[in-house]
This record gives sequence, C-alpha cells and structure tokens, in this order.
Amino acid sequence: MSWCGRALSVGWLPVIAGLLAGVGVATTPAKAQNYPTRSITMIVPFAAGGPTDVIARIVTGHMAQTLGQSIIIENVVGAGGTTATARAARATNDGYTLITGHMGTHAAAVPLYPNLAYHPERDFEPVALLAGTPILILARKDFAPKDTKEFVDYVKANTEKVNAAHAGVGSVSHVSCQLLNSILDVKPVGVPFNGTGPAMNALVGGQVDYMCDQIVNAVPQINAGTIKAYAIATPERNPALPNVPTTTEAGLPKFQAQAWNAIFAPKGTPAPIIAKLNAAAAKALDDEGVRKRLLELGSVIPGAADRTPEALAALVKAEVAKWTAVLKPAS
Amino acid sequence: MDLFANLAHGFAVALSPINLLMCLIGALVGTLVGVLPGIGTIATVAMLLPITFGLPPVGALIMLAGIYYGAQYGGSTTSILVNIPGEATSVVTALDGFQMAKQGRAGPALAIAAIGSFFAGCVATVLIAILGAPLTKLALAFGPAEYFSLMVLGLIFAVVLAKGSVLKAIAMIVLGLLLSMVGSDIETGVSRMAFNIPELADGLGFATVAMGVFGFAEIIRNLDAGAGMDRDLVQKKITGLMPTRKDMKDSTPAILRGTVLGSILGILPGGGAVIASFAAYTLEKKLAKDPSRFGRGAIEGVAAPESANNAAAQTSFIPLLTLGIPPNAVMALMVGAMTIHGIVPGPQVMQKQPDLVWGMIASMWIGNLMLIIINLPLVGIWVRLLRVPYRLMFPSIVIFCAIGIYSVNNAPVDVVLAGAFGLVGYWLIKHDFEPAPLLLGMVLGPLMEENLRRALLISRGDWSVFLTRPVSAILLAIAMGLLVLAVLPTLRRKRDEVFVESEG
Repeated sequence: MSWCGRALSVGWLPVIAGLLAGVGVATTPAKAQNYPTRSITMIVPFAAGGPTDVIARIVTGHMAQTLGQSIIIENVVGAGGTTATARAARATNDGYTLITGHMGTHAAAVPLYPNLAYHPERDFEPVALLAGTPILILARKDFAPKDTKEFVDYVKANTEKVNAAHAGVGSVSHVSCQLLNSILDVKPVGVPFNGTGPAMNALVGGQVDYMCDQIVNAVPQINAGTIKAYAIATPERNPALPNVPTTTEAGLPKFQAQAWNAIFAPKGTPAPIIAKLNAAAAKALDDEGVRKRLLELGSVIPGAADRTPEALAALVKAEVAKWTAVLKPAS
Repeated sequence: MDLFANLAHGFAVALSPINLLMCLIGALVGTLVGVLPGIGTIATVAMLLPITFGLPPVGALIMLAGIYYGAQYGGSTTSILVNIPGEATSVVTALDGFQMAKQGRAGPALAIAAIGSFFAGCVATVLIAILGAPLTKLALAFGPAEYFSLMVLGLIFAVVLAKGSVLKAIAMIVLGLLLSMVGSDIETGVSRMAFNIPELADGLGFATVAMGVFGFAEIIRNLDAGAGMDRDLVQKKITGLMPTRKDMKDSTPAILRGTVLGSILGILPGGGAVIASFAAYTLEKKLAKDPSRFGRGAIEGVAAPESANNAAAQTSFIPLLTLGIPPNAVMALMVGAMTIHGIVPGPQVMQKQPDLVWGMIASMWIGNLMLIIINLPLVGIWVRLLRVPYRLMFPSIVIFCAIGIYSVNNAPVDVVLAGAFGLVGYWLIKHDFEPAPLLLGMVLGPLMEENLRRALLISRGDWSVFLTRPVSAILLAIAMGLLVLAVLPTLRRKRDEVFVESEG
C-alpha cells in the first residue's frame, strides 16, 4: 500500500473550515482595510508533520496573533502537491485562502508536470518567503569516499556501479539529486522509494550508496553515525551540523540547493492585503520563539532583503528557470 | 537491571493522570475508527494531528499510538458482523468471522478476537522492551530483494486462502495485482491506466476497493431475493456471547502462533501487519487436521489473524523507537507530531528521550488492558446490533462507508468508484469468486512491483540477486514449499480415492 504521504489528508477540517468561511462570506464583504475579519485558510500541499507543514504551522501560529484572526491549516496532498496548488490558484482572491508552496510546487513542478494546471509566476501573488531547509549530500556510513572531493571522483569513475536513492519522482530529494547529477555530468541509477522514511531506511541499511535530502530527517542519523554527510548545499554552515562543510568549502560551489517554503496568494489578491500578510510574516520571522524553533529544525531564515514580495517573485522566476534547465533534459 | 529501571520509569510516565487519559482517549478513538467501516487510521491520525500540537509530546504520542493499535481491535468488529473489513489487516478475519456470525456465533468470534489481540499485544510489548534494539537489525537487513521474495511468499498465501477453486483464486489475485498498477509509475512518474482522471493519478485506494467488493457487494447480495431469509436466520440463531471451553482450547495454539508470526513480520517496514494476518491464517489452515472447516466458521481463522495483526501493530513501533525511521504512514505522521514539538527522532531517541520511548512502551501495555476492558462488554452490544432489522441497518452501513471512503482523500470520485466496485463485487459473489485474494493482490502488488524494480535497478538487471542474497533465497524456498503443499492435497485426494476404491 502507498504509505508515505501519498494519500492522506485532513478529512473533516476542510468541511468545518468551509462552513465557517461560508458564514463569513455571506455577512462581510472583504475590505482590504479591515482585513482580516474572519479566519484565513492556509493550504499546505503536503501531509501534516512534513517539513513544509511544520514550518507553515510555526510561522502561521505567530502570524495569527499579529492579524487577530485564526489561520486554519488545510493539508491537501496528491501529485507532488500540485493538486492543492491548482486548487489554491483557483481560490477566491480575497486574502482568505493562501498557500504555503515550496521549491517543488512553485518551481520544479513546471518541468516535471507538462499538464500543470497553474503557473507559479502567472497564477499567484508572492507574499513572503518563510524558511528554507538546506539539502545535504548523504551516504551510507561505509561508502568508500571520505570527503566531497573523493565522492565526486568516485561517482564520476563508477557511475555504472553507484546507486542514488530518492523519495519518489518530483520529491525534493529527487530533483536536488538531478541537479547534482547535472553538475557532475553523470547519470547514476536512481532508486525510487515512497517517501524519505523508506529512502533513509535503505541508506542506513546500506542498500543504496548515497542520496540528497533535507536536513531535518538527517541530523539525528548523522550525529549517531548511522550515515555520513559530505557537504551542505548552502552558502553557510548550519548550526545544527557545525562540522559539515558547505559545498563551496568542499570544492563543489555550483551545487546550491535549498527547499525553500513561501506563502502565496491567488493572483489578483489586493496589494494592501499582501502587504499586511507580508508584514505579519516578517514579524513572525523576527520573533525569538519562532526563530528558535525554526533553527532547531536546521532551517535557514531569510534576511530582511529576501523577505519582500518582490524578492520572492524574483526567487520563483530564478528557480523555475533553474529547475527547467536541470529537469527538462532529464525527462 | 536496566530494563526494569527503564520499564519502571516508563510506567511512572504512562501512569500520570494526563497520560492515562490520553491513552484512554486513544484507545476509545481507535476502537471507534476500527469499528466504523472505511474510516481508516491514517485519515484519523492526520485529522487529529493538529489537535495534538497543543498537548505535551509524550501524551500526544501515547494517544496517537493508542488510536493505531486500538483500530486493530475494532477492525475485526465489522469484519465479523457485516463482512466489511475496516482495515487491510482484518480482511482475513472476515472469512471465518462472518461465517461464525451467520451461525449465531458472533459473540464468541468477537470475544476471541479481543482476547487474542490482548494476549498478542502484551507479548509484543514485552518483546519491544527486551529485544527492540537487536530486532532493529532485521528491519535493516531487509533490502528490496528480500521484500520482493517476501511478497512472492505473500501471494502464495493468497492462493491458500481460497476455499473454492484454486484457479478462480489465482484469477482474483492477478486482477488485484492489475488494479494495484493503476496510478503513477514509481520510477518515471508517468501515469498508468488512470484515463486522465486526476483522482486516479495516485492509484486506487484500498478502502475504495475493499468497501466496494466486500461492503457494497454484500449489501446488494443481502437485498437480493432469497438472501433475506439468511439474515433472519442469523438473528434467530444467536447463542452464547462468550467463547466456550472448547473454543478456548481450539484457539489457544492459534493465538500463540499468530502472536509469534505477527511479532516477527511487524518489524518489517511497509506491509508487515497485513502479511502477518494472512500468514497466520494460512499457517492455521495448513496445520489444521481438517482444513475444510476454514472459511466455514473455524474459530482459529479468527483467533490467529487477529492476534497476528495486533502483535504486528505493536512491533511495528520498533523501527520508530530504535532507529527513528517511520515504518508506515501512521508512524510518519507520528514523526511529524514529534517534529512539531522539536523532537526529531533518530537512532539516539532511546537515550535522548527516555520519557517518550519508555512511556510509550508502558502505555501500550496499559492501552491493551484498557482495550480489552472496553471491547469485551461491547461484544454484547455489537451482537444485539445484528437484531436491528436489515432495512434500517443497511442504509447506515452505506452512509458510514461513503463517509469513510470520502474522508481518505476528500474525493467524491472515490465514493463513485466504490459503488462501481460494489457491482463488480456482486457479480463476483454470484460467480463464486472470492474477494479476499483480490484485496491481498492489491495490497501486495505495489510492494512487489516497487521492490522488484528497486532490486533490479540496484543489481543492474541481474535476476540472480534474489537467490544470492540468503534471506531472499530462504523466503523463495518457503514459497516453493508452500506451493508444493498447495498442490499436494489434490494429489493426495486422488490417491485416497484409489485407496477407497480398492478397499471397496
């Protein structure tokens, strides 16, 4: 049976949320200056408890206090998050339906799904970049190469022999591994698993050689020595893994990847509402409690310059181009 | 010594009033989820996850764990009473459980399911406490090749399940395998047999097909002319509520064997619990002096799989508690719950979070105790439900099934599909095809296909991996052995006939 985040969702919440929202619509027309006058629905296109969901919950929990209205998270899964994102694109653009998209739904999905029912740049108003989860190059603990340099040489010399695990087509681990492959100019065999759990199990069990994955699940395994990490694909080292060098330090500067998460609103949502939401998100990211929790997860919190809607629009544009270049020749 | 200190610590945590309350809520919700057809554990845990964010992490996880194993207790109820398995793990329970109910023995069937589950749960909890860490190696030793061979073994079990024609059983398994291939290809992501219906892109849900071919088909059959008499009979014949001394004597070895099988198979990530219940049933049928009783109301056919699925539900926590890797979807959600609380489980979770790990282990034993206390008195109420006139009962079953199916994906298409499968199921019943092998094929199909492809990807297309890896080779050998055993009775029968003739 499919078991890792393929077919699960919150069953009743949407119904209740829908009822609440329905009452709101009937009585109060959305006025930007009074916004928000009722609860806001935040669609998360992944299962509850996943990296994007956790980040969305931590940040929106604080945003709700600032806005004075509750933010209800609705987890809608399926087709790599694109089902939910398509639904968000078609939602009423009054600021009461938002989505926490990520690197996959709002960039890599463009080349991955030829019949995508939305376009990340044309169908959404960027609101705010939340936090990113760095990608690591991981390997089974007895994999021969000792550091990144040896790893690169080894993979290039033994492309026919090495196996790279990933968490399924379109997953962060899949697309970031494709990026690594295109930089190294190799095409190793990719072994697909149903989610990061089974992929990690295979890596710990030594069934596969290496994989690229988000920091969250990897930290405890690295610290326990059940797997090893070669490098982290961010410009700076991560406080959760101070001994793991950056890809730049390790001599692989081109490999830069972060599973970024950001809030988007349907196209046409009034600018004052976007500004209000953006300010609330920025305030959340400055809160000590929120920062502490995000850093514990190994997340990277964007600086002031990267937090504007314009910066997010630029990021989406750059990322769509980047992933299209990487994934188009592959598919 | 450490063990006792750890367990004492665990019980101190689990017995705090708040955690006891959480455990009770988990057990109650789990029972309810199991009883309501279609509403599965994954959907429920996903639904309740946000609520747990406001709770202390240990309490939250104790509750979620309670829902998970509690559903195994409740899951047998609808299997036995109305022939609708609520969970994949209680499909085989329906085979003999429902026949027992038809013979007026629903009470003993329900009671033995609860007793078997309780015993298995207690044993498995002790096993986690004592052998959790060493058993982890088993979970890690299982690579794609081993999984594939295990699934082959599982399919052989499916053949043995059949009480009628072996050929028809094989046809059903193959149909199940075909149905399981609907959806995205794991390697390329390309959509297969989905006919451009977006809801089919992620495949057919188990609940959708199970509710259709078991639930809706059974209802249509009951409403069919002639079958109504059958129902009245069920209502009149109800005898004792509790198992007799003979029932207990028959069930004891089945419960013991089911517990052992379930405990071992549960450790394997993925479909461990499902295979455990099928394997336990097959083992009983093979060991029985008179295998023909199976499928006609043999109490061992209820006791063994119910013990196995509950033991497996408990031991499936081992990879989570010792490695920090979730072995199935429900556990993945539990990891999510931990992450929200800032605990990312890993190999050191036992040392770093002793409260959590030992508290959960202790709570499982307490939870099992609560569940048997909840479930045994309920037997009387469930059996009384059979007295409700069918014209009142079937609409409620249909509605609960529809709600359950919808809640899995929030997709109306799933409900329509279940209706279509109901018609298919009715046709199958009328032509003496059994739905259980179909469902097993559907459950094992994806695991088998994916692991076959993974194994061959890793070996670069070399099929010999299945024989050169020892665990895989042993599993395939057992599968061959079982296949021979399945063919033997036919041979033996011929020999017996010859014998009888010469005697006469």
